[in-house]
Amino acid sequence: MSERINILKTYKIYIGGSFPRTESGRFYNPMNAKKESLGNICLSSRKDFRNAVVAARKAFGDWSDRTAFNRSQILYRMAEVLEGRREQFIAELMQQDSSRKDAEKEVNLSIDRLVYFAGWCDKYQQIFSSVNPVASSHFNFSALEPTGVVAIVANKDSSLLGLVSYMAPIIAGGNSCVILASENKPLCSISFAEVLNASDLPGGVVNILTGKKSELLSQIGSHMDVNAVCYTDGIKDELIQLKEASIDNLKRIKSYMYDLTTVEVENPYIINDFQEVKTTWHPIEVIGAAKASY
Amino acid sequence: MSKKKIETEKMNWEYAAAPESASHIQLKEKYDHFINGKFEKPSSGKYFDSINPATAKKIAAVAEGNSKDVDKAVKAARKAYDNVWSVMPASERAKYLFRIARLIQEKAREFAVIESLDGGKPIRESRDIDIPLAAAHFFYYAGWADKLDYAFPNRKPKSIGVAGQIIPWNFPLLMAAWKIAPALACGNTVVLKPAETTSLTAMKLAELIQESGLPDGVVNIVTGDGKVGAEIVSHDGIDKIAFTGSTDVGKLIQKTIAKTDKKVTLELGGKAANIVFEDAPLDQAVEGIVNGIYFNQGHVCCAGSRLFVQESIKDILIKKLQDRIETLIVGDPMDKNTDVGAINSKSQWETIQGYIELGKKEGLEIFQSSCKMPKDGYFIKPTLFTKVAQSSRLAKEEIFGPVLAVQTFRTVDEVIEKANNTPYGLSAGVWTDKGSKIFNLTSRLRAGIVWANTYNQFDPTSPFGGYKESGFGREGGLHGLSAYLKFD
Repeated sequence: MSERINILKTYKIYIGGSFPRTESGRFYNPMNAKKESLGNICLSSRKDFRNAVVAARKAFGDWSDRTAFNRSQILYRMAEVLEGRREQFIAELMQQDSSRKDAEKEVNLSIDRLVYFAGWCDKYQQIFSSVNPVASSHFNFSALEPTGVVAIVANKDSSLLGLVSYMAPIIAGGNSCVILASENKPLCSISFAEVLNASDLPGGVVNILTGKKSELLSQIGSHMDVNAVCYTDGIKDELIQLKEASIDNLKRIKSYMYDLTTVEVENPYIINDFQEVKTTWHPIEVIGAAKASY
Repeated sequence: MSKKKIETEKMNWEYAAAPESASHIQLKEKYDHFINGKFEKPSSGKYFDSINPATAKKIAAVAEGNSKDVDKAVKAARKAYDNVWSVMPASERAKYLFRIARLIQEKAREFAVIESLDGGKPIRESRDIDIPLAAAHFFYYAGWADKLDYAFPNRKPKSIGVAGQIIPWNFPLLMAAWKIAPALACGNTVVLKPAETTSLTAMKLAELIQESGLPDGVVNIVTGDGKVGAEIVSHDGIDKIAFTGSTDVGKLIQKTIAKTDKKVTLELGGKAANIVFEDAPLDQAVEGIVNGIYFNQGHVCCAGSRLFVQESIKDILIKKLQDRIETLIVGDPMDKNTDVGAINSKSQWETIQGYIELGKKEGLEIFQSSCKMPKDGYFIKPTLFTKVAQSSRLAKEEIFGPVLAVQTFRTVDEVIEKANNTPYGLSAGVWTDKGSKIFNLTSRLRAGIVWANTYNQFDPTSPFGGYKESGFGREGGLHGLSAYLKFD
């Protein structure tokens, strides 16, 4: 009796809720420590990145208009779906050099992190907003609005947890995003796209590319329709490259060095970093009672 | 362009001159840098003239800074940070700031007069807005100094170090207060550079700071042009940059510090949409439009320089607006009747004139007040362009002068689309009596400040700052603190 032939998975990228291969037709072969190929992974092009930004921009309006409660439900749904696929992610992490114990821990943390940020969706506004006691007859309040389209350069050393830990606060806050997955450990990122796709998350809110930072970083920095970048690899030259490329549209560049295996990354200040403060004034009683009257 | 004479002219209701006296102010002939608590001559030995833009005459000479002066100032600030200011109990820091606030109030009249002489803004504005708000900012942030832990739950805020602060010429003392007060409250020391054309109230503030007994080196002020600003930005001893000014310079600063770990907040340009719906209270809206664009000669980054009028009320609103503009008094900034003062400098006057010429060349319809104009100095009539296309440079670029570009719209979606179609995102205005419409607009306009049925209101408790290319970070309120703190 011959053994059953396995079905091998073709890893794709995730743009606008669909799973295309890269438009460039290119691929690369990341290896694990045992020098086994992880597959013919899409080597995403600049054009793929542009397409992903278009999808993210299109999705932004609807996603940021959703109620906080609805966003919260969808993040929680992701955790539910991921929980049901634990074994798949553990296997992929082990294929990418994790021990079984570490792989289990990473999946557990990823699920818990989604739950954690699901809970923040309808709470951070109350922490960071204010009614401001101005010295004139106006009602004045400051509230948060999502910055817009955020590019996330996912942590290079972590296939799943790095991606989830920053994606969650960014979309919890109503942003849409384009994620460049870990270059050498890309498997979980694409499988995670399948989780997203099964979680009622509207297409385009999260887009995931695989490929090389060396090719895409300057494009991420300079793209005029990306409002912010989340960078977590702590490599000084890369951060400088991002900062220098981002000047033309004054992107918000945020760099984090959290230890993702601890709870220190679990805080609402990351959500806040990808928000803009909007302050609204309205007169009380007499409309147009401006002090500087002509 | 011909235009109907309006009644006020026929009746000759002219105001008698009511000039504020400048007799009580004390101005030196020459101002040196303020470094380490002392007034220091510039190492170049050179001074430049500060001009009264209403007369084009020199008021005083101001020290021309260079890299040596900046270096001295940064070192003084560092020493004061390490040895005194960062280790002082926060409640004591607060008391110094309260003292400075009080002193500004005591000397408010002198500051107001000098502000108008040096910058050209009407005395009514310096007296009622700039100076009281500057004092209020010190009062507000003084109280925060020993309460910072409550502003950032679970976070342990710490001061950053030495802040380099570069401010513009449109609200000279007020911008100095916006920068210095929160920086000091959070435990930082500062090196401040006022704008070249408006250094005098900053130097008067230096005298006042000396009088307050603030420890030497906590506040240092170096005067000069953009080169001095560049020296501050690139100096290794600076931990944080706070800049208010043009978007171009803001981008240059970003570029300069990209390789460093310096923190930065930028308050940059704007091209705000002021939107009037057919159900707005029109007379109040007219006041708001005028206040939005002609306040401070239009030298306001959040000026309502794009007016969007719903088509159904276009004719009546423009007529009312023109009538109102006719009554504005342009002239001597020192006269208490003056509504629109002098353009801050000759070069800014030329820039604005350039835009007016451009508008005419583009074939836009122009309306200018027929008011009397002073013979000397730099003045521009309140100007209104109608039939402006979205693609016109007058609708896209920040003019920073009393020039309003009027466009029309039919639907809510159309006006939101047009209003947001700009790289800027500092402020916006909405005029309607319908509450749900206000909230729809205020939540969909991509701007950091939205004034609904009012315009150009400012307060120390109210965060100010922009989206997109209008910069990042907020000044004012609790949100303004995080610009001057770091967290573990």
